[in-house]
Amino acid sequence: MTHPPYLSPAYRSTLLRAPSRPPLLLKADPDTIELTSPVFGHHEVAEHEADLTRQHSGEPLGERITVSGRILDAAGRPVRNTLVEIWQTNAAGRYAHPVDRHPAPLDPNFTGAGRCLTDDDGRYRFVTIKPGAYPWRNHHNAWRPAHIHFSVFGTAFTQRLVTQMYFPGDPLFPFDPIFQSVPDPAARERLIAAFDIDATEPEWALGYRFDVTLGRTPMEDS
Amino acid sequence: MTTPSQTVGPFFGYALPYERGWELVPEDHAGAITVTGRVLDGAGEPVPDALLELWLGETGTRGALDRRGPGVSGFGRCPTAPDGGYRFRTARPATPYLALLVFARGLLRPVLTRVYLEDVPDPLLDSLEPALRATLVARAEGIGTYRFDVRLQGEGETAFLEF
Repeated sequence: MTHPPYLSPAYRSTLLRAPSRPPLLLKADPDTIELTSPVFGHHEVAEHEADLTRQHSGEPLGERITVSGRILDAAGRPVRNTLVEIWQTNAAGRYAHPVDRHPAPLDPNFTGAGRCLTDDDGRYRFVTIKPGAYPWRNHHNAWRPAHIHFSVFGTAFTQRLVTQMYFPGDPLFPFDPIFQSVPDPAARERLIAAFDIDATEPEWALGYRFDVTLGRTPMEDS
Repeated sequence: MTTPSQTVGPFFGYALPYERGWELVPEDHAGAITVTGRVLDGAGEPVPDALLELWLGETGTRGALDRRGPGVSGFGRCPTAPDGGYRFRTARPATPYLALLVFARGLLRPVLTRVYLEDVPDPLLDSLEPALRATLVARAEGIGTYRFDVRLQGEGETAFLEF
């Protein structure tokens, strides 16, 4: 089982929000609209939206990084021209969101949201800064490992994926019920980016690689 | 090897919603309808930090994200308000239903459902017992307005789908 179960009691917010019934398994026919997905145009997403370090007048504080990779379907084929959106905290572990009350400083030069379209090889690339860990109130002394939220579209609406990318070697992994909600340890590893010296730019930015593989569509199953 | 899903969390509000994301068609679009309702949790309380995505099955003449000019965008996004409410203005789909995805803090993966605008003979609806069937059919409220609540858990729990 790749995906976490809806009910994952250690993550308290699931208790009243997890559906109690398993989803109804539907047979797909060619008219099933869930087998199609939005097609995105290059005029809809500006190129500069992929650089989160250049959205304000100054440079954000923190460790500059690039995050790049490929969006693939279940057969390993690239998903082309698809929308990839990310959001994250600043280097201090604070979201530019009014609900975030963590007493860490906001960075006037960092919002922490970006998006881009994949190219013909399914590749995407963002320039950003490394996000920070932050406390939350799930349980006593609860801390989220540093992560970047990813939102990805496939070629079918059923493949729609929102996930979180983590950084290698984070000491908070064993204590985080969201990361641990994925039951299979091998599947959890797929949430962790790889440091990539080849993607690292000398005198400029560390490179991390994160490939995303979407689920099978009903047509691929049949 | 599929990448696992993780929750959208509570802090997507400055990243995923986009301007006029809830307006799949302009106000003066002929035959435009409004789909509105609330997202409720297992205690019947509003879910104020959910994100809904509506999909018509076709990208539409304006493009999925573009809201300029006349025509249809086949995709829309709406975050819930403090009362759990959401709203979409859309064209009628070619099918009797619209596809709806709901993301929220506390949902480790989204829930997928269908908003049927009429209770019509349909392979999915006909396979469900009446109470479950009723959770997928929007209630017409006046001209061109349909109410569809999403109950994540408990009494009246919406029928969620997978393929």
